[in-house]
Amino acid sequence: MEEIEQLVEAPEGVSYFRDSWLRLKQNKAVVVGLWVLGLLGFLAVVGPWLRPYTYYETHLPLKNLSPSWEFWFGTDELGRDMFTRVWWGARISLFVGLTATFIDVVIGVIYGAAAGWFGGKVDEAMMRAADILYSIPYLLVVILFMVVISPGLVSILLALTFTGWIAMARMVRGQILQLKELDYAQAARALGASSTRILFRHLLPNAMGPIITTMTFTVPTAIFAEAFLSFLGLGVQAPIASWGTMASDGLAALTYYPWRLFFPAFFICLTMLAFNLVGDGLRDAFDPRLRT
Amino acid sequence: MFKYVVKKFILLVVSLYIVITATFFLMHLIPGDPFTEEEAIPQEILRALYHHFHLEEPLPVQYWNYLKGVMVGNFGPSFKYQGRMVSDIIREGFPVSCTLGLEALFLALAVGITCGAVAALKRTKWEDSLTMIGAILGISVPSFLLATFLQYIFAMKLDLLPVARWGSFQHTILPAIALAAMPTAFIARLTRSSMVEVLQQDYILTAKSKGLSTLRILWKHILRNALLPVVTYLGPLIASILTGSFVVEKIFGIPGLGQWFVLSVTNRDYMLIMAITIFYSFILMFSVFSVDILYFILDPRIKLWKRSNNS
Repeated sequence: MEEIEQLVEAPEGVSYFRDSWLRLKQNKAVVVGLWVLGLLGFLAVVGPWLRPYTYYETHLPLKNLSPSWEFWFGTDELGRDMFTRVWWGARISLFVGLTATFIDVVIGVIYGAAAGWFGGKVDEAMMRAADILYSIPYLLVVILFMVVISPGLVSILLALTFTGWIAMARMVRGQILQLKELDYAQAARALGASSTRILFRHLLPNAMGPIITTMTFTVPTAIFAEAFLSFLGLGVQAPIASWGTMASDGLAALTYYPWRLFFPAFFICLTMLAFNLVGDGLRDAFDPRLRT
Repeated sequence: MFKYVVKKFILLVVSLYIVITATFFLMHLIPGDPFTEEEAIPQEILRALYHHFHLEEPLPVQYWNYLKGVMVGNFGPSFKYQGRMVSDIIREGFPVSCTLGLEALFLALAVGITCGAVAALKRTKWEDSLTMIGAILGISVPSFLLATFLQYIFAMKLDLLPVARWGSFQHTILPAIALAAMPTAFIARLTRSSMVEVLQQDYILTAKSKGLSTLRILWKHILRNALLPVVTYLGPLIASILTGSFVVEKIFGIPGLGQWFVLSVTNRDYMLIMAITIFYSFILMFSVFSVDILYFILDPRIKLWKRSNNS
């Protein structure tokens, strides 16, 4: 009997997420992207302490120095160490990107799930409202917001998330509309499960793949928007600097001191590239149909 | 079809009305007024300024007058540029932005679709890898950085093209590339993935087995179906070019509407900010409206449905 049991023992089940993870690990681009993100995160934490300078301390005699052993990334127009500033900037840029994404996800998932779940008139009204907000260009709304409220980190987050959640809400709504018609949702309902239970135990977990993918693409969008704002002079205020403000400062000195633009610009591009690589990989891993 | 157009049109008008109203009240929510920053203006002058800009009237009256003005394309006087009407600034700046925007739009569509199609047809070959690497780099480099790099390399270092300003076709090349890069990359990826999907469909196999020429299959069957997602992307594409123009025009010193918008933001010229926001929203909403209708006309499935309904 035991032997038979051993023989018929089914191969260990591979869950959706495990399966996706296995596929994800095979994708070299994703591995590179994850390593880059890990390294950037690590340097954002320890980077500012690697050199004996602070991001605000000025050394006027040492202004606009090119990269050297003393100043790894050179110095800016006030003689501040660029290396320290770049990693302080990384903290600000990553903080803004990740926090804005988190808020977008929370609002977007709740709004989208509610619209998709209730359907009918409620859905119509909720999505029409979202559509109208969505029809104004994202960056235009962000800029308008920054004109109205006083600049600062909280204002930037408010501006970025004011319409940023809509893409997520639309996606989640579509997923829920589709999933709630599936047999297992109907079965759960027939068994008397409450709405919240079906929504949170059955529908949302199954929409997790696209949610995570959309989330990964939201981070570079937010980082880009913050850099864009700072570039227009609507971002964080001195002496704090994000990559965007540093790039904007560097632009003015481009002809003579190109490294002042190069370093922040390079890290903006690298971060966006890493998030895009991981996002692409996630989409392929969660949706094998589109795999190449 | 008619019902669909009417429904979309009503949504367009309602959206536009909401945008106008929201922008108006948002701008009037700002504490203080446009003249508080300049210190110590004598009371009489301030009163005269208020009178000139009709700011002493109650808010609902101002709103109503503004709404009436917008209807006939009159956005009122500029706060910062004395004696200039906002509508005149738009009339002056828009053709420049429009030229640049259309150039970028065509560039993005032509290069994006071609590259995406080549990548899909040569899947897993080097053409594919090259295009896709280029595309992911393209969506990772923000337009304002690309604009600076292009300006630095091609204008300052190599001296091939003008550094800035506006005038000849040469002036438009670098800004148009900077504006088009990110959308091009998006379109290439979109075209590729949707074409890869279409290529796997049974009807392509059918067409092949019927002995149709490759060119005919490509034109009639593959592109027609594969380009539908690209049509839906036209709305966001126009939005991206519009907002991209803010920084690109600033970097290249182009006297377009984007540059004016940035200036109005730095100057806190609320009349101009309001007007350009409304104007841009209108352009974008109208493009989305046109794209919706275009999609309706292009989608072979919708047509099929109509034909079977008619017969």
